[in-house]
Amino acid sequence: MTQIDTLIADTTLTSRQAPPAPNGRWLGAYFGTPGNALITILCLGTIFTLAKLAIGWLFVDATFSGTPAECKATSGACWPFLSAKMRYIFFGFYPFEEQWRPLAAMLLFLGACLVSMVPKVWGRGLLIAWVAIILPTLYVLMAGGYFGLSVVPTTQWGGLPLSFMLSFIGLACALPLGIALALARASNLPAIRVLGVGFIEIVRGVPLISILFMATVMLPLFMPDGITIDKLIRAQVAIILFAAAYIAEIVRGGLQAVPKGQVEAGHSLGLHYWQIMRKIVLPQALKKVIPPLVSLFIGFFQDTTLVTIVGLLDFLDTVRTAMRDPQWQGIAVLEGYVFAAVVYFVFSALMGAYSRFLEQYFRTTHD
Amino acid sequence: MPLLFYDARIRAYLYQMIAIGAVLFVAWVMFSTASANLAKQDIATGFGFLARQAGFVITESAIAYEPTDTIGRAILVGITNTVKVSLLAALFGTILGLLVGIGRLSHNPVLSRLMLAYVEALRNVPLLLYLLLWYSLIISAFPPVKQAIEMLPGVFLSNSGLVMPALRWESGFTELIAALVVGLAGAALAARVLGRRRVLTGKDMPIAPCGTLAFVLPLAAVFLVANIAVSWDVPELGRFRLSGGYHLRPEFVALLLGLTLSVSANVAEIVRAGIQAVSKGQWEAATALGLSRGRTLKLVILPQALRIIIPPLTNTYLTVFKNSSLAIAIGYPDLVMVSNTVMNQTGQAIEAIAIFMGVYLGLSILISLVMNWYNARVALRER
Repeated sequence: MTQIDTLIADTTLTSRQAPPAPNGRWLGAYFGTPGNALITILCLGTIFTLAKLAIGWLFVDATFSGTPAECKATSGACWPFLSAKMRYIFFGFYPFEEQWRPLAAMLLFLGACLVSMVPKVWGRGLLIAWVAIILPTLYVLMAGGYFGLSVVPTTQWGGLPLSFMLSFIGLACALPLGIALALARASNLPAIRVLGVGFIEIVRGVPLISILFMATVMLPLFMPDGITIDKLIRAQVAIILFAAAYIAEIVRGGLQAVPKGQVEAGHSLGLHYWQIMRKIVLPQALKKVIPPLVSLFIGFFQDTTLVTIVGLLDFLDTVRTAMRDPQWQGIAVLEGYVFAAVVYFVFSALMGAYSRFLEQYFRTTHD
Repeated sequence: MPLLFYDARIRAYLYQMIAIGAVLFVAWVMFSTASANLAKQDIATGFGFLARQAGFVITESAIAYEPTDTIGRAILVGITNTVKVSLLAALFGTILGLLVGIGRLSHNPVLSRLMLAYVEALRNVPLLLYLLLWYSLIISAFPPVKQAIEMLPGVFLSNSGLVMPALRWESGFTELIAALVVGLAGAALAARVLGRRRVLTGKDMPIAPCGTLAFVLPLAAVFLVANIAVSWDVPELGRFRLSGGYHLRPEFVALLLGLTLSVSANVAEIVRAGIQAVSKGQWEAATALGLSRGRTLKLVILPQALRIIIPPLTNTYLTVFKNSSLAIAIGYPDLVMVSNTVMNQTGQAIEAIAIFMGVYLGLSILISLVMNWYNARVALRER
């Protein structure tokens, strides 16, 4: 036998062998090695303990109906608190008989968002629909003054609609500003670049709280006599400026990812700067950054909770103040927070799933 | 004139002039209205108030502070509190996040799912909500001070926090610190010299024993020679409050817990992404060399993943530093809360906000510089 023959014989021999046994047989992934078994047991123990605590508090020891006194007698959750306070938690001090209006506004808003999430409907028409129909309707519903709706000042707005408003309008207005800042940062003109970099880095270097403080405490000092700006609008402006700096950094990443040849091609076609940006660079850059922008939006939706520190009645704040109601104080200590956490979790997790969907969508479509 | 306007360079100058002019104009309008308003409302300007007596109590301070101290010192206390809680949260959060991130990639489905649930639960709920939740949990779960639980002799747990005996140095403190410094330097030197020798000769060197020896020897010498005396400051349960000892307050614990968990969730995601970015061939090559999973991770994968991990990690540290300002919601006296008190007391909102924004900006830049330096160290050295 030559060497080659031996090799062939060997390969035929090995190919006839049974495949090697997998690492551990039954439930190998769970109990394959002693160490792994220990990890599995520890994890299951943790899950079991947490589940027992949670089920005990949420259901077994909980009070489902009754008075504050009955709640005090049991150690579990106090659900009557939530049902008694539900409308305040959702709508704050909005006039009680008029609360169908924020509810309708919220449903309209969420429905419109749901439709707008489908990439197929994206386009100029959608933008016009939002600006010309949806936003004015939402405003009329909330503020009133037309169609026989009574006027409700912004000081009475609160709860979940306010949280949605602060985060959504915040991001919608911050987007064009952020794009402008990103373009300024990438500009060839040194003075424009310095102004852009300065704004972006200063805003990113300080906490949101400090900008909210500036807007609520400091801004009135900069206003000429007799002019006062609504507190809600001041907080909204602070959120817009804050969001714009972060959006600018994300958009900058998108701008950098557009090959230089695209700009040069635009120049050689005789287009000027704005035409190149609007028709060539930005469409490509923005498409790349849509998934990170959605992730950023999740963060801002959560960050709007900070307005409770400067005294706006957002969703977290209505939850907090509901728990301070003398009737329920000291009885419902965690229920409100747990409920709010579930609400925030559901919305954030849905948007997270949407962000992952978009990533997948852009990876597979070319247009 | 139209000809001049068509010159790209001149147009560029014009645009820049307009931009700078607009910014200056807005700044001037704001400055003049602000100074007119301040004069009308009789609010002083300038930083003279820093030298005035503060007059308010700060419940927690890393440096000595009395209400009779100056406002400047009160703000310094706020800065140290901010730095203290952010540093600790970054440290604990990084360690926890590293473990969670590695657990996310475990082959054990129970462990990886549990870690996924941990990360998702933390990332999808606002940090402020968690802070309030932890705080009210601590406040409501433990009894009031009068009925404080004495867990161990001298260790009291109540809704005003954990009070435990504090170690007080009578003498020998400086010697001990000096020995620690010398020991650490010696250990680092031993590890470096022996590590280089191992690379040069290819022989295994006793790095761990030599390093430990270099660390322990100066300490042992100090214990034998110097006169070290300590005493315990044991807390006593009075009628209404605990006096003496070391006091771990619920505000601090809730803030540290909330920040640590939030850092750990972010670090876990960063570590997971970093490890997954290292090519699979590296795992296979290490396995082929006979390395165990743990050693593969430590010797082959993590050093490469570190290059991907450092830049987003820098962002996480900057975020936790800025998020520590949420302390004001639960009453931990950080920089923002002390500044807020100062603002209410003096009415000088502009100066107070300028101070804390300046401090945040300065420290943010410092963190960026340190992390960039570290990033340059671990970056791939390309020839």
